Amino acid sequence: MSKISRRDFVKLMGAGGALSAFGLAGCETAPTKASSTTPAKAAPRVVVVGGGFGGATCAKYLRLYEPELNITLVEQNANYVTCPGSNWMLGGLRKIEDLTQNYNALRDKHGVNVVIDRVVGVDAGKRLVALASGKTLAYDRLVMSPGIDFRWGEIEGYDEGASQLMPHAWKAGPQTVLLQKQLHAMPDGGTFIMAAPPMPFRCPPGPPERASMVAHYFKTHKPKSKILILDAKDNFSKQALFMQAWEQFYPGMIEWVPATGGGKVVRVDPKTGTVYTANGSSEKGEVINIIPAQRAPTLAANAGLVNDSGWCPVNQSTFESTRVPNVHVIGDSSNAGAVPKSGHTANNIAKMTAAAIVSLFRGVPPPQPSHVNTCYSLVSPDYGISIAAVYRLGEDGQLQGVKGAGGLSPENASAQQRSQEAGYAAAWHKGIVADSFG
Amino acid sequence: MNRIHIAACCAAGLAFFSMSAASAQTISRGAVIASTCFTCHGTLGSSPSDIPSIDYIPAERMAQTLKAYKAGTRYSTVMGRHASGYSDEEIVETANYLASLQKKGK
Repeated sequence: MSKISRRDFVKLMGAGGALSAFGLAGCETAPTKASSTTPAKAAPRVVVVGGGFGGATCAKYLRLYEPELNITLVEQNANYVTCPGSNWMLGGLRKIEDLTQNYNALRDKHGVNVVIDRVVGVDAGKRLVALASGKTLAYDRLVMSPGIDFRWGEIEGYDEGASQLMPHAWKAGPQTVLLQKQLHAMPDGGTFIMAAPPMPFRCPPGPPERASMVAHYFKTHKPKSKILILDAKDNFSKQALFMQAWEQFYPGMIEWVPATGGGKVVRVDPKTGTVYTANGSSEKGEVINIIPAQRAPTLAANAGLVNDSGWCPVNQSTFESTRVPNVHVIGDSSNAGAVPKSGHTANNIAKMTAAAIVSLFRGVPPPQPSHVNTCYSLVSPDYGISIAAVYRLGEDGQLQGVKGAGGLSPENASAQQRSQEAGYAAAWHKGIVADSFG
Repeated sequence: MNRIHIAACCAAGLAFFSMSAASAQTISRGAVIASTCFTCHGTLGSSPSDIPSIDYIPAERMAQTLKAYKAGTRYSTVMGRHASGYSDEEIVETANYLASLQKKGK
């Protein structure tokens, strides 16, 4: 990828000279304590917490929009493994190295101060972020992109310890490697059980894509094996397309049990490899993948950003928290109306938030946001399906899908179209990784 | 001059200032929409993959292409589903913005 001239970008994005503008804007956007402690002409400070698609993209686009910002990205791991593509790894189509990103480009190319440390607290009154190392970071605006956490304990017997025996693999990395090892060790003729979570959760088409990729692995290496999906829902994303393709590629291999059919898992026994469902029946499997119900992480809750829903309510134009001023919450932990939780939407939300923050510092109205989601799933290596949508702010302040736009790949598409979409799935991954981390 | 007059003068002055500042500092609608294209088509339209770069196409041709996707008269897998989410004015503004980018992609 060619190197981007920051100056060109800023010029093209319509930004004028920055520092002089910030001298004015600083007073306007930091009206309370910060204005008394921050010199009028100092570059505003933005701290971004979390280096996934949301946080990385936000740090990069803040810089691209505005050269004079002081931007710090705090992330606890030096590397990030993308969740998109992690199912492809289970299908044998990718290695973990193919999915692993670093923050070198953000630091070296975009002038982001990258801090590998863990955030232990946010003092919104003093506008300080406290780190595990004992350091603190002061901010004028804070962007929180902490991803998801699990509602441990909603399934009896399933906690962090149990996830070492029954991996969730819903945060890519060691958990994905563990699940892959278990699949590789499983004898032919075994059963893979997946417990799919209730809405809302990260990557709605993720569970059926995972089933597809495991089915591809089984078909290639362990063709007598079975897949049982126990679902807490009565339907799932791209359902008709997935089921049609399962019939074609993996006939008889995948069984899906909806909640009303007794699919909801309520208890597990990791020692015996047993899952118990709401209707009182139990199933045994050789490899068990429990994807728990989800929520915004404890860090966000401790910062006062979370409401009763378990997620973070925001102004869906600027993604500023409706609970804590000067703190923006982006990506999976935010409650973004009709926008699903995906890497693609986190990337788009990050850009809209970067544009809003820069505008707020400049004292000009934030632009009207416009979001896109594009989500590809591989059913087999040469068979891809997608869902797409365009989102705009409705009069009620909620992001809504634009009517007449978006939708699914057609059910009657040709093999050639499925093959094209499989190619685009791989190209999409390259694109979003470069756009977010490059 | 009474208080109301002073307030009115100040308000007018502020309004004038904000508008002039806004014209220089506002991020345009075309740039905002284009930034959502960059997720697949690469930052600033310079694609790292087989998905085409979009940083070199003349505005007129880009607008026509997007309108054809929107109308369904041009084949696509996903672009029709995207293009139909925008008004013709938005398409033109986005095409103009993209055309202003210098070619850096393939």
